Amino acid sequence: MIKRLRYEWPYHALLLPGVILTFIFSYLPIYGIIMAFQDYNPGLGFIGSPWVGLDNFKLIFSTPQFLRSIYNTFYISLFKIVLQTLASVSFALMLNEIRLTSAKRIYQTIVYIPNFISWVIMAGILLNLLATDGMINALIKAMGGRPIQFISNRSIFPWTIIITDVWKTFGFGTVVYLASITSIDPELYEAAVIDGAGRWKQTRYVTIPMLYPIIILMVVLSLGNVLNAGFDQVFNLYSPAVFPTGDIIDTFVYRLGLQNGKYAIGTAVGLFKSVISCTLISLSLYIAYRFANYRVF
Amino acid sequence: MKYMTRGMKIFRVFNYIFITLVSLSCFLPLLNTLAVSFSSPVAVSTGKVYFWPIEFTTMAYEFALKGGKFMRALQVSALRCLLGVSINLFMMITTAYPLSKSRQRFGARNYYMVFYVFTILFGGGLIPYYILVNQLGLLNSIWSLVLPLSVPVYNMIILMNFMRGLPHELEEAAMVDGAGIIRTLVNVILPVLTPALATVGLFSFVYHWNDWLTGALFMHDPKNYPLQTYLQTLLTNFSELLRQSGSDYYSLLSRMNEQTGRAAQLFLALLPMLIIYPFVQKYFTTGLVMGSVKG
Repeated sequence: MIKRLRYEWPYHALLLPGVILTFIFSYLPIYGIIMAFQDYNPGLGFIGSPWVGLDNFKLIFSTPQFLRSIYNTFYISLFKIVLQTLASVSFALMLNEIRLTSAKRIYQTIVYIPNFISWVIMAGILLNLLATDGMINALIKAMGGRPIQFISNRSIFPWTIIITDVWKTFGFGTVVYLASITSIDPELYEAAVIDGAGRWKQTRYVTIPMLYPIIILMVVLSLGNVLNAGFDQVFNLYSPAVFPTGDIIDTFVYRLGLQNGKYAIGTAVGLFKSVISCTLISLSLYIAYRFANYRVF
Repeated sequence: MKYMTRGMKIFRVFNYIFITLVSLSCFLPLLNTLAVSFSSPVAVSTGKVYFWPIEFTTMAYEFALKGGKFMRALQVSALRCLLGVSINLFMMITTAYPLSKSRQRFGARNYYMVFYVFTILFGGGLIPYYILVNQLGLLNSIWSLVLPLSVPVYNMIILMNFMRGLPHELEEAAMVDGAGIIRTLVNVILPVLTPALATVGLFSFVYHWNDWLTGALFMHDPKNYPLQTYLQTLLTNFSELLRQSGSDYYSLLSRMNEQTGRAAQLFLALLPMLIIYPFVQKYFTTGLVMGSVKG
């Protein structure tokens, strides 16, 4: 044991700074969760604030705005995951049909760009493009359609969120799927050709089945994050007019807890989300490990 | 392709057209923003500007660069990225290296790993986090933008996987020559890991550059806002900023407006991403694939 430590101490020393900072900023806030069971008053602090048991939770579960934010979170997230996967896989398959390597790389580069642009900047650009007098609506009018209120109509807004997110991030999935397509054993295609398969049948019976594991892996990992429906995106695009359909758990916590100063109730909502998230992420990592041999560590 | 049926030819044409249209949709909004930022307010508000500036003017840029607020936010962001990326790199290296060892070589490895993975799974949430930073007295300080994010766990795991991919012989040779753990890390491991370090370093740059929420949470004084947080306030009231220019307001208004002014500042803020992007794309791709799809 001592001998072991004599050899291994530099490892512990290297790890120390990171452990201290992670303990402070990721573990200490967990202590703050006790606020969820208190009528927290910043003047009295964690020790002095009166305990109220589960009252905060009773309160939030009788708040319609909270319940609808849960519904919106799932609605937006699930459609994002489904469309994201469809878009990335089909775009990767289409790019794969391009024989010219340089062209393939250029397309890949371009569709990956929006991933690197922050939602603040993207929101600025989108608010301009999607405005009633913006370029998209000008195009719709030119084709004889009626202008669409992408940002302010509450039945359209969730779909604006879903579509713009798919548009911004599908390039990432495309890159991952394309990389997996490249690593498929060429012999499989040769065998398929000998059996008389054309391009379409090769795609249908070789490429797509070979992609199943990675597709399942990506979907499972994103299902673990289903409660994160995209705070940055929604917060920068929504407005009170679309709260009924656009408000998600994270934006609800931010408004309630920080903008209105209701610390205790905001923490209760946050705790509810953390517990469910923790379960879902653990489950998704377990499934990913079990069925795709994916390990984080 | 030696032989193509007619169906295949038609497919290829449509395939090219479709892919090109999708790619354009990712690119044209940026071009439009650039065009708007260089156009006159009249041309913009009458909807004449698409992808080329109309009645070219650089007024919106002069306003941004001379306006003070933009430049100050830019300085905060630059300092934040410098500090943030250095701290991140240091922490990622010192953390990923011991964790890349097997349990036989480093007995406590899995305990540390659980310690870090737990932070991915569970946290105190936004409000306790805010209260903590407040109690530490970090509000309004540049440190509140970098210290809480000092160990990015996902990127650390990516780097760890890179390190695990290195051949053992490399390290053993150095050890046999009498180098200790730290010297092996600095003189042997890090030099061969340059692409990996570039990958995770740039991820952390992108994160620090693009993050607006941390600034909005911890900076109560708008003059300490980093760029993205400052830009976020512009989304709703750019006209306010124009009005603050006082006596110049009306002369300014004839040469720029909300839309052109905002477009210029948005474009300036995304410029660094566009500049570094082509250079690092290769690294990003390998890094992602290495990190996210490891068996």
